[in-house]
Amino acid sequence: MSEGRKGILASFDYLDSAVESIEKLRAEGFDEITAFAPFPEHHIEHALGYRTSPVRLFTLVGGLTGAATGFAFTTFTSMDWPLVTGGKPIVSIPAYTVIAFELTILFGVLATVIGVFWNMRVPDLKSNVIYDPQLSAGRFGVYVTASAGRLGAARDILEANDPALVEEDAEGRSHG
Amino acid sequence: MATATKPDEKARERGALTHPDVESMGEVNVDILRMLSRPGKGWWILFGMSVAGIGLLFFAWGNQLVNGIGLTGLNTPVGWGVYIATFVFWVGIAHSGTLISAVLFLFRARWRQSIYRAAEAMTVFAVMTAGLFPLIHLGRAWHAYWLFPYPNERLLWPNFRSPLVWDVFAVSTYFTVSSLFFLLGLVPDLAAARDQAKPGTLRHKFYTLTSFGWRGTDRQWHHFGKAYLYLAALATPLVLSVHSVVSWDFAMSIVPGWHATIFAPYFVAGAIFSGVAMVITLMVPIRKIFGLEKYLTTKHFDALAKLCLVTGLVVFYAYLVEFFMAWYSGEDPERRVFWNRVFGHYWWATWIMLICNGMIPMLLWLKRVRYSIAALFVISIFINIGMWFERFVIVVTSLSHEFIPFAWNTYRPSLTEMSIVIGSFAWFSFWFLLFIRLMPPVAIAEIKEVLPPPMRRKTEKEGAR
Repeated sequence: MSEGRKGILASFDYLDSAVESIEKLRAEGFDEITAFAPFPEHHIEHALGYRTSPVRLFTLVGGLTGAATGFAFTTFTSMDWPLVTGGKPIVSIPAYTVIAFELTILFGVLATVIGVFWNMRVPDLKSNVIYDPQLSAGRFGVYVTASAGRLGAARDILEANDPALVEEDAEGRSHG
Repeated sequence: MATATKPDEKARERGALTHPDVESMGEVNVDILRMLSRPGKGWWILFGMSVAGIGLLFFAWGNQLVNGIGLTGLNTPVGWGVYIATFVFWVGIAHSGTLISAVLFLFRARWRQSIYRAAEAMTVFAVMTAGLFPLIHLGRAWHAYWLFPYPNERLLWPNFRSPLVWDVFAVSTYFTVSSLFFLLGLVPDLAAARDQAKPGTLRHKFYTLTSFGWRGTDRQWHHFGKAYLYLAALATPLVLSVHSVVSWDFAMSIVPGWHATIFAPYFVAGAIFSGVAMVITLMVPIRKIFGLEKYLTTKHFDALAKLCLVTGLVVFYAYLVEFFMAWYSGEDPERRVFWNRVFGHYWWATWIMLICNGMIPMLLWLKRVRYSIAALFVISIFINIGMWFERFVIVVTSLSHEFIPFAWNTYRPSLTEMSIVIGSFAWFSFWFLLFIRLMPPVAIAEIKEVLPPPMRRKTEKEGAR
């Protein structure tokens, strides 16, 4: 982000404190907010205004690729060396459906996993943006970056909800 | 800090259904991550036993590789013996893990949360165990790669019309998918383990690496939740397909006793039945040793027992249908195979199967039995035994009694075969024991999902919903 930005992290013991802070920050025009939760929390997603995740496209494309590969590969290999076995046609669609089905699932899952890792911005082993280890236990966190001048306003909003911990990040890096 | 007020009544009710004794979210981390601490003497004894068992497995297998498949009892007409029976047994065990993690997830069954992690681990390790048996059974295990399609100078490809090739695709897909599903679900919990480890220690480094730097941000949870849903939706048809394909290894042939259209649903039900029984067998000692009564309540076991009862009834129905169809078909070889099953050379195996899978699980109709952990443990072990014998009965009795009386013969597993079968249990335990010490065996994040969220105000604000 641009120079002179700073970040501030507040972690709360209560879910509603975090949700309220997010709503207030958004109302005040702070838009670079990262929220932390120890489990998938829909109130937070709602407060941040989330819509659909692009992961589903990965799943769909992966699955369709798998189905196409399954049929194309079995057909190609049978035509490559045509050999009648069991009196069945060279291209035995019902039998190949089993292979195509399994590859649909396999490719769909592989693509979903690639998609989710890509979208979650992991692996990210080196991240040293401030973080509170309690966030994976029971606390809910709100991290916001703002220009140095507006940081005070953000701090006031966060502190109004009794955070258990407040920390500042001098460089205002983003959590991605 | 504001004083904590009681969570609102509605939310409290929500948590009370699954884990009434868990007070706070932090408590979950403490209780579950405690399991990852230094193992006690009992663990080392079990671990030593499984290492010894693996030694037996590889000694017997190595011996068989050097001296040939003649060390087994396999011969004409029984060319498939306990190796294939045990392969089917372990693939079956795997199935309930995916059922609990994926199917019950889609059905929003909340009791699954505290069980699914261990069940999923069981799936992965059971498939790893099952995967050994085709290699062992091949005899010339170094040619196993011939099963996979790869370009070669002879321009040969596998025969995709063969159910055995379907099986290669089904089982390897199943292994890949269940491992990925398992590992993805672990990421947030490994991050929790990382956060409580001392920075700089080996433990901290291990969990940092395996949690991929997960922070639990809104973006991460958002995509994670969606991906989890799609994976569950893909794993659900997969789990049904895998054991169907395994059943077609048999049903696609014309051997009397195998050639039946009921095989696919019969095998799938049997797989889930045996797998749920194995989950009970594994969860009872884990609950006892680690004191997880708060997380694995009798209600959880009641739900597992009901699942066992339902699938057990389907399996028993399938047994009866098989006998009926053999009689009703009017086919002499078919009738004789089934007569031979119950009253012939292998009558004892068939009766073990019928009693352990058909009759003993009927006790689960009683609520008192379903709520007694000890009774469930004993019944689950009977089911495990019965389900192994079911596969033995299907594989061996059918082959030993094919069409021409001249070709009938009996089969007896050799010492090599039995050592490998016993060794496979050690191989499975080895991985499972490592798992419960290295990874959180109960899903931390997912339990929190069903706990009442900590709220500062008495009632949730409408706008925050």
